[in-house]
Amino acid sequence: MTGLRTINGTTSGPAYDYDKLVFEDRVHRVLYTDPRIFDEEMTKIFGAVWVYLGHESQVPAPDDFVTTRLGRRPIVLVRDSEGVLRALYNRCTHRGSTVCREARGSAKSFQCGYHGWTFLNSGKLNGVPWPDGYADNFEDEKFNLAQVPRVDSHRGFVFGTLNLDAPPLADYLGGVAGPLDEWLDRHPGGKVVLCEANRLKFKGNWKLLYDNSADGYHVVFSHRSLLAMENRFDDDGDKGMAFYKSNPDSAPMYVRYFGNGHHFKDKRSNVDDRPGALWEIEGPHPGMEHFEASLRQRLGDRADRALDLASSEPVNINVFPNLHILGNHIQVSTPVSVDETDTTWYGTAVVDETGELEGTVEAINALRMRTQESFPNFGEVDDLANFEQIQVGFQAEEDEWVYMHRGLGIPDRFDVDDDGVITGPSTDEVFMREHMQAWKRLMMAEPRIAITRAV
Amino acid sequence: MAAPDPSTSSYYVSDDFYAALVEDFSGWQTTDRAITDAALRDSCARFLAEEARLLDRDRLDDWLALFAPECIYWVPGTRDGDPRREIAIAFDDRRRLEDRVFRLRTGEAWSQRPGSRTTRIVSNIELYSTRDREVVMVRSNFLTVEFRAGETRIWSGWFGHRLRDMATHWKILVKQVNLIDYDQNLRNPSIVL
Repeated sequence: MTGLRTINGTTSGPAYDYDKLVFEDRVHRVLYTDPRIFDEEMTKIFGAVWVYLGHESQVPAPDDFVTTRLGRRPIVLVRDSEGVLRALYNRCTHRGSTVCREARGSAKSFQCGYHGWTFLNSGKLNGVPWPDGYADNFEDEKFNLAQVPRVDSHRGFVFGTLNLDAPPLADYLGGVAGPLDEWLDRHPGGKVVLCEANRLKFKGNWKLLYDNSADGYHVVFSHRSLLAMENRFDDDGDKGMAFYKSNPDSAPMYVRYFGNGHHFKDKRSNVDDRPGALWEIEGPHPGMEHFEASLRQRLGDRADRALDLASSEPVNINVFPNLHILGNHIQVSTPVSVDETDTTWYGTAVVDETGELEGTVEAINALRMRTQESFPNFGEVDDLANFEQIQVGFQAEEDEWVYMHRGLGIPDRFDVDDDGVITGPSTDEVFMREHMQAWKRLMMAEPRIAITRAV
Repeated sequence: MAAPDPSTSSYYVSDDFYAALVEDFSGWQTTDRAITDAALRDSCARFLAEEARLLDRDRLDDWLALFAPECIYWVPGTRDGDPRREIAIAFDDRRRLEDRVFRLRTGEAWSQRPGSRTTRIVSNIELYSTRDREVVMVRSNFLTVEFRAGETRIWSGWFGHRLRDMATHWKILVKQVNLIDYDQNLRNPSIVL
């Protein structure tokens, strides 16, 4: 691989002996509060594993780009003029300014606003003002934009890693690709497109969100107001996430750990496996009665499937460290600092390229936009407020431990298959214990970090 | 047959309703539609001040009563987008608006424990006519100072109110809230804007 440069000496030794901070049943509070650990994570976690960068539907045509981040690194995810997906460092090779300040767009080249150096969307330097003033040969690849050396995608989900020793993307995803594929395959053509977002942030460490992502224990408490709201007209009280209410330990749903920090809370088994069952448990949404009546009139028996496409899929699929598929959302979390995290809930829309939805795709999406706005508005805000309160509680520095031991030590609580995949009750913290062990292994390893440049 | 109650069902948010909404909120701030009538402007200004006061004093039920039965509270996440094809920061019909207030009133909406205190300044009020003689569009700038959990912060942007003249009072058909930072990650957007 020409243009590849391994970076040495970017990580100092570990800030801590992590064996003393991460135990089977608990972790130390400094994992969430110490800026030195955060700095180390930016290399040893966000530099070392495949990190979700964006969705192909954001850059459908050559020259399309979106700006994003890999950990803290500013990145331009671009489909270059040849159609190749690249994750360019948004950092001029001259003095370090960003070369792209737009959130999205289409561009064959990027020009630095500081001294006018211009780069093609392949990352190659295209020109500098008054080159005669330089003794250098600008053909030297060191002047081309740095880029993430390994970019790959899985059915539209684009990932990148700086680590030359990371396994291929398919191996990194492993078993979590199964639920990801099932989530896609419920849609016509097995795909979705992004359609803007509920963009949120909180003053708390990024791992608080990841720890919560498969937590079935918090739902009836953290989301009590949402559960009450969704069921205020319903005598049976079975709308939305109501299946958590009785005894979630023994409900048919389960949590599954796949390795590499990935996990899956599967709530589909709480809902009947028949067309229309998902739609039946939807709480109230704008336009619901109108569009249901209209779809039933147009599609007859086939309306149930259409209405299910507008309904929330009861899954939480978590791809370490920053991608969450839940309901119909693609949620991406991005660390900002040790106690600040952005989390963006991209909505997804259905596409119908073969006409199988008989001209109803606009109606389905008009409904689906509204179903998707519900949880970020009435659920996630409470989660994020709770995470902020954890960050406050962690300032009690003498009280060191954070427990995640639910289910630990109870006989026959978990099933482990031949591949090491662990399955247990949805309210158990087994997934959290496992991703913390994965986190510890990464923090104690030395990734082989590299960047590349066009040649 | 009696008309369905928009507090308990949502038949009015239809294809036609969305199409009209997008049309109503496209290119409406034009000079030829500007209303300069001082009395009308003053009436709208007093109405917006009343709305701000009710929200600042946490009188959410009285605030809801300012809206027409078939109404929309809309905080777009894009400029000039179409809510049929895009996620909004909020897009509430009558029932969801009542849901929003219901949830805040449960005492278990943790994003509002402690609750926010706000002071809302509404200014730069401009009126525009519509095809319907009884409906005016009002543009205003807002500055909402929010104090919560030991911190003070500011929300800002402009409102687009679509108001129906009920002879003795106004009713809000649509309240559109255009945040200046609509496309950014927002911290705890749990208050009514």
